[in-house]
Amino acid sequence: MRTVIIQPVFEEWRERARELLALHVPPGEVLWSDEPGESGLFASTDGSDRRGSVPKVPTAFLDIARSVAVHRDPRRWGVLYRVLWRITHGSERHLLAVATDADMRQLTLWNKAVGRDIHKMHAFVRFRLVGKDESTGREQFVAWFEPEHRIVRLAAGFFEKRFAGMDWSILTPDECAHWNGSELQFTPGVARQAAPDEDALDDLWRTYYRSIFNPARLKVRAMQTEMPKKYWKNLPEAELIAGLIAGSEERVERMLNTEERPARPAPKNAYLDSLREMNERESSAADEP
Amino acid sequence: MDLLQKLEILADAAKYDASCASSGAARKDSRGSRGVGSTGGAGICHSYAPDGRCISLLKVLMTNACLYDCHYCINRRSSNVQRARFTPDEVVRLTLDFYKRNYIEGLFLSSGIIRSADETMEMVIEVGRRLREEHHFRGYIHLKTIPEASPELIERAGRYADRISINIELPTQQGLTKLAPEKNLARTQKAMGHIRGKIEERHAERRKPDAPKPPPFATGQSTQMLVGADDSTDAVILRRADSLYSDYRLRRVYYSGFSPIPEPSSLLPIKPPPLVREHRLYQADWLLRFYGFAVDEIASDTAPNLDLQLDPKLAWALRHRAIFPADVNRAPREMLLRVPGLGVRNVDRILGARRHTRLRLADLLRLRIPMKKVLPFIIAGDHSPTRLGLDDESLRARFLPPPKQEELDFGAPPPPMPVDINSVRSGEL
Ligand code: SF4
Repeated sequence: MRTVIIQPVFEEWRERARELLALHVPPGEVLWSDEPGESGLFASTDGSDRRGSVPKVPTAFLDIARSVAVHRDPRRWGVLYRVLWRITHGSERHLLAVATDADMRQLTLWNKAVGRDIHKMHAFVRFRLVGKDESTGREQFVAWFEPEHRIVRLAAGFFEKRFAGMDWSILTPDECAHWNGSELQFTPGVARQAAPDEDALDDLWRTYYRSIFNPARLKVRAMQTEMPKKYWKNLPEAELIAGLIAGSEERVERMLNTEERPARPAPKNAYLDSLREMNERESSAADEP
Repeated sequence: MDLLQKLEILADAAKYDASCASSGAARKDSRGSRGVGSTGGAGICHSYAPDGRCISLLKVLMTNACLYDCHYCINRRSSNVQRARFTPDEVVRLTLDFYKRNYIEGLFLSSGIIRSADETMEMVIEVGRRLREEHHFRGYIHLKTIPEASPELIERAGRYADRISINIELPTQQGLTKLAPEKNLARTQKAMGHIRGKIEERHAERRKPDAPKPPPFATGQSTQMLVGADDSTDAVILRRADSLYSDYRLRRVYYSGFSPIPEPSSLLPIKPPPLVREHRLYQADWLLRFYGFAVDEIASDTAPNLDLQLDPKLAWALRHRAIFPADVNRAPREMLLRVPGLGVRNVDRILGARRHTRLRLADLLRLRIPMKKVLPFIIAGDHSPTRLGLDDESLRARFLPPPKQEELDFGAPPPPMPVDINSVRSGEL
């Protein structure tokens, strides 16, 4: 049995997996473990020259491995290596198509969890305006986010494409991403205090949130499935939720008890007259559903 | 009136429109521009309100003053609601400011009808024009159009919008005549036909190899139908939806359960329909679009309304028990799609896996298929159902929900697909 301690990034795992495969070490004889600390995120990954014989694997496996690598579950390296072994040494090249296989199922779940985390980061990051670059005239924004997995690099490209015309930084405990109009950069993680708490627009946004809510259709669980409480602390609108829920019953009661309004006659208006004429002409020709 | 107050009134006025999708737009982004914005993915819900609805767009009206008298609508001329009106610049600023803070995917702009259809459309279009041309905004824009607006204006709206929509509101002209006297089904459909023609024309032009690039046009149209405001049955609603999908190639038909409003009309039912009816209609809609069902199989003249207690696929399966069980190792795709509890993705996973292995129950369990639901209807490597001998009533009883009414969710776009593990390309480790 050998223990492989790696910096928790995909490239590092790939290097070690290549070496082990070249030595024909079966998965049962390897224990994988993350190197403690977060230093791995900035490891140099110039492994390209160390490749011996490079086995061919489906690209889909590489894609899923890149995604699973950022999951925080310590077992992921072992499962990845086992699947790799089965594909290359176990004559199971079709393994990726067997969604019902236990290892594949596990990889799929991790991959999904990472995909969901990235999606939620795209959804719930909230930028705050911090200033303007005097020389370029570009607005500068900063956001704070706490992802579940180490997804900052996988998620950052989306923000680059979407917010190309402004300068922004997304700060997280793992790693931070920065965009200045020409280059995406990454720096080590920081603490919450480094990010601003508020934005002048938050009040308008809360007004919108409050007004778009329909109290007659309360579905609190549906909301929480999609927007779990763990995200609430960084969402400016979340402080309204309890009050909206508490007040909704009374609002509905009031609507149901309001006296019905009588129909008001049409005002004098040339356009309405033309509509009436058209209606009379067309009658209800298209009316057989 | 300050901006905060206007926003309050004009967002409140827009909340009865169920559509909030921001998917299906052409791929574009802000790289290399001074602006912001990107579209083309699955669409993102940036928040959820306690009504369970996705908030992905800034959904507002230009003004809630309206000449029309649609009785289900808070903005109708007979309502005493407080009126407000945005300037185009106010909407532009709100959209950009919200977008830059990552609150939204873009703008959904609609309006009460003032003076005339054309003048109203012009106001709405002007906002789209400023966003796109003056601010280089590449985010999502959905513009509501008015069927009576001149075709030239609808075309201009389509230039700036990723999606345009016209609400059909009710499935029959009788319903409209009674509840929305200014609206007309034939004119709405004619306008939808015009939009369909434009979308397809642009699509064809874009694919011609050497032709000059045509001006952009929306990539899709959608509509909304109200449920429970008139006495239309589910069969009538679904037939109308089906014809909208096939005749006008709509991306989506939204079903919106009529909801009480603060300014009730004497022409409308006081009690709203149960929310579950709307949910069943969405389920039926999926069966029509993705599962190969025809309307008559789901709702017919003899049983015109959906079973509120069972989902429509299960209800159909219970009526057609003779064609089950289906063998998960052999049945064709069309048949598997009809098995209650098997969704499109799991059917495709089953088809992929069974080429290499004989599927047993443990395999299905790993796909998180709801076993209680599928077991009576399938054969697997180590399972064949014995309980199909049950008489109708007891089989049905097994599936009835517990007495407490369940909370239902619908309408949210699905999360983006994770990495596709079934792709067959090959690369180096
Ligand atoms: S046209 Fe009808 S539905 Fe639209 S805002 Fe006016 S009253 Fe409401």
